[in-house]
Amino acid sequence: MAATVKVITKSKRTLREQAYVAEIAKGLVFTMGRFFKNTFGGEERSEIATIRYPEEKRVYPQRFRGIHRLTQRADGSPRCVACLCCSTACPAQCIYIEPAEYEEGDPRHGYERYPAVFVIDELRCIFCGYCVEACPCDAIRMDTGLHMPPSTKRAHFIYDKETLLGLPGRDGTYLSANPRHEPGDPTYPGVDREKGH
Amino acid sequence: MGTWELTFAAILKILFVLLVVVGAFAPVLVWAERRQSAMIQDRLGPRRANIPLPRGLVDLMAWSLRPLQMGLVAGFALAGACIALLAVMGLFGLESVAGQSAESLYWGVLAFAGLGVLSALGYKVHRGIVDNGGNLRLLGMLHPAADAMKMIWKEDFIPPRADRFLFALAPILTVVPAIASFAVIPFAADLHWDHLTDLVHHGIAWEAVDGAPTLSGEAWERWVATAAAQGVAVTGPSIPMQIASLNIGILFIFAVGGTGVIGAAIGGYGSDNKYSLLGGLRAASQMVSYEVVLGLTVVPCFMIYDSLRLEEIAAWQFEHGWWGIGIPPLTLAAVLFSFAAVAETKRIPFDVPEGESELVGGYLTEYSGMKFGMFFTGEFVEVVLLAALATVLFFGGWDVPFLYEYGFDLPGSWELSVPLTHWTIGDVFLIEHWAVIAIQVVFFLLKVIVIVWLQLMIRWTLPRFRYDQIMALCWKGLLPLSLLNILATGILVLLWN
Repeated sequence: MAATVKVITKSKRTLREQAYVAEIAKGLVFTMGRFFKNTFGGEERSEIATIRYPEEKRVYPQRFRGIHRLTQRADGSPRCVACLCCSTACPAQCIYIEPAEYEEGDPRHGYERYPAVFVIDELRCIFCGYCVEACPCDAIRMDTGLHMPPSTKRAHFIYDKETLLGLPGRDGTYLSANPRHEPGDPTYPGVDREKGH
Repeated sequence: MGTWELTFAAILKILFVLLVVVGAFAPVLVWAERRQSAMIQDRLGPRRANIPLPRGLVDLMAWSLRPLQMGLVAGFALAGACIALLAVMGLFGLESVAGQSAESLYWGVLAFAGLGVLSALGYKVHRGIVDNGGNLRLLGMLHPAADAMKMIWKEDFIPPRADRFLFALAPILTVVPAIASFAVIPFAADLHWDHLTDLVHHGIAWEAVDGAPTLSGEAWERWVATAAAQGVAVTGPSIPMQIASLNIGILFIFAVGGTGVIGAAIGGYGSDNKYSLLGGLRAASQMVSYEVVLGLTVVPCFMIYDSLRLEEIAAWQFEHGWWGIGIPPLTLAAVLFSFAAVAETKRIPFDVPEGESELVGGYLTEYSGMKFGMFFTGEFVEVVLLAALATVLFFGGWDVPFLYEYGFDLPGSWELSVPLTHWTIGDVFLIEHWAVIAIQVVFFLLKVIVIVWLQLMIRWTLPRFRYDQIMALCWKGLLPLSLLNILATGILVLLWN
């Protein structure tokens, strides 16, 4: 099939457009309308799109990836089991974890570890969210709804475990929406020392 | 009144013009231009620069919110009460209510409503400052001050191979002629120094009675007759409300303002930068071309007003009670003048000399700090100058509708009597000489503000022309049109005479 060429005729400029004065007037009416509407139209009629930033803040969208937080268990200890999945998944290599064993006698001893050190360099972080995806325990989340507060010191961007645990989620809690099943709970899915497996 | 007083008056006038133009108009324009564009483009624009007020003052303001609120409520309530009392008097035909006559009640309405409005304004201002955490913002008008401070303390950079002398001279050559041109702009009618508190009419001055009487019809004619009998001829020094009354008038503006082109040209030449040079060349050719048109568009004005003196041009419009824009040849001249004026100030849509998309910054590329600031000031002063010139040539200058030498004389002959009182409001309001002059100055400035606002509006509406289009518009469009306009005006003037 032969290619068909669609010929689009360009409309010629009319005398009115060529004379320019009428078009200037038209443009002026438009811009003036905008100006008066935005300046004197009052809150409801003005279409100002920008905000007075530090005083007025726009709420980030629900799925915004903000700065990280470490979720807590009911007793306030971190949910993190120091499996290193997040630091492995991190393409920017900004997460540093030192795992440690729970104390002898702790019911969790021998089942899971905990992070003795958990540091995120927020300046290196590219906010891709892979750490959240990788976490099997829902222990790291990016649902704080905050961006990095600016600072002139690099040290202010190194977030340690306490800082990360101290950041609440958007709903204000330090927990995660997914319930945690501790060893000893009837719903606990894994091997349980008390049940004598 | 001797030489000293005249010198003193001249210095006062120079200070006034400098204060208004360089001190107020130019900085406010820097802000207004950005803010206006923001409002057109649905943004808030510059409004963040602030001065933190001392804690104690802010606390005082926060404390005064309550009294201001009370003043607002009380003012409007009492004004309402006065109106209610007046209504009661009208309904029952009483001479006085609660020991108050109708006259005092009217004054009460005015006074209390004024109190209410002032309290409301004060409340709004205080509330705004307190809500800002004690930061004085003034709608962002502090931005020019912040800009100026930044520019003054910035490094005064001169490109290493630039011509240091020409580079430093260029901003001065731009800003000084623009300011100097204001010398011949009249901002009010002549001030008769010895008759400041008198009423002046047709060269006769008579003493004003207390208050501002309003008259109408026969009473006005009787007043004029007695005044003519009692009045004295206006004597003493009359101070022209312009810095220099030159017989070349407008030619002075073109002569001095025309040197502004040298500033742009040598700024471009002295910068040792190809973009600057190109920008300077463009600026020079564009300004020289449009200077021709600018000069020719105002020729019909001289032919009709029969004078080059700007004060006589304004006076002609005042005496004929008809602004230049309403005379057909001058309507066309005004349109052509506005085109040429925008091109002459090198502003959008004619800003190819600094066209960012082609020439980085044109002849301004290498300038920074206060030298750039001076170029900028010069540009805005020129905007105000051309607005003032347009005001004088086409919009009556200091002429205020219905304002005569002796006060307002509204059309017709009528009289309104205020109900319940002996007061009448006639069509003539007598105003003392100094107040008439003050009203004229204020109106002149208002007209300039409106025209400047229009210029800014055009600046934010139209896209930039191509360079050859600018030249074609000048030499093939505006120039023949202005020449034809001169011809048509000549024929009209011949027929008229």
